[in-house]
Amino acid sequence: MKCRKCGGAAAIELRRHNAAFCVADFLEFFRNQVREAIRRHRMFARDEPVLVAVSGGKDSLALWDVLIEDGYRTTGLYLDLGIFDYSVESKARCEAFAEARGVPLLVRRVADEVGAPVPVIKQVTRRPPCSGCGLSKRYLLNRVALDEGLPVVATGHNLDDEAATLFGSVMHWQTDALPRQSPALPSTHPKLVRRVKPLYRLSERETAAYAFLRKIDYIVEECPFAKGATSIAHKLILDRMEDASPGAKHNFLFGFLEKARPAFERAEAVALNECARCGQVTTGTLCAFCKLADQVKRSV
Amino acid sequence: MKVVLRNPRREVEVAGNRRVKEVLRDLDILPETVLVIRGDDLVTADQVVSDGDTIELRPVMSGGAP
Repeated sequence: MKCRKCGGAAAIELRRHNAAFCVADFLEFFRNQVREAIRRHRMFARDEPVLVAVSGGKDSLALWDVLIEDGYRTTGLYLDLGIFDYSVESKARCEAFAEARGVPLLVRRVADEVGAPVPVIKQVTRRPPCSGCGLSKRYLLNRVALDEGLPVVATGHNLDDEAATLFGSVMHWQTDALPRQSPALPSTHPKLVRRVKPLYRLSERETAAYAFLRKIDYIVEECPFAKGATSIAHKLILDRMEDASPGAKHNFLFGFLEKARPAFERAEAVALNECARCGQVTTGTLCAFCKLADQVKRSV
Repeated sequence: MKVVLRNPRREVEVAGNRRVKEVLRDLDILPETVLVIRGDDLVTADQVVSDGDTIELRPVMSGGAP
């Protein structure tokens, strides 16, 4: 197999692009896809500071690596979920990454903020662990960015993540979730920072290959709570479709973004309030995060 | 040929001297769901792996809370 650009020996085949690349040309292809995402959706300006949410996994560390290499001013944020050895090891990966590159890394513990780590939140709420975990992440990413004066949060969501989320929303016709699915969500309130996904054009395999070829020491092991997660089930279905028809995930997601998403956008904006307790943005009186913290406090 | 699998980490012995895509097919693994790693290099599906090789099939999926 030959590299499409230089004709040298290929290191990776990208069936959905009907192409193969050598190491150097693949790394450049990858960076160009990130640059295109940032440019197309005006995710952030060259001189804007960016908070990068890092988990120790391949996607977020690959994203951080590209942004650092391209000269962006970045600060990493690691949320310690308190998930046994998995959190210990993933935090160590983030700290080693940041130290080797001389970039700042913030660490916040979910247990300090909510009152208990994710495994206890799971028991208290009797809901899937990803529920309390996702809620805590979304809340804390925004609040830490605000506290630090950073206008935008970048996450490592890739094409597979986005296609699986879209698949789940469509399967349940969650029409309120569909307009929120976007590579770039603008700030709609002074206390909401922008949220962007610069890897949305790149597949999971491409981000894994980038991380491997850049010798990024990422955590390969899955989160112990991910087993049985609905998002994983959806990814497995989409993997079968991709195998039968390369480009299926890309067509599904990009077709939605270009053709269908506008049809689901609401004519009237949802009224946003500030939480009576913490001051963060909510549609009710008390935000979901404070309600969760209350529930944990009552039970622990 | 030795094949290292992950999550959980384990090793299996399979016949070598054939293309990677044939090894993946025997193990019922979709090519798009793994990186095939030999030493410090990625290996494409059309490359032949020999009996003395060790390859790692590293899953690329991550998941859980969005």
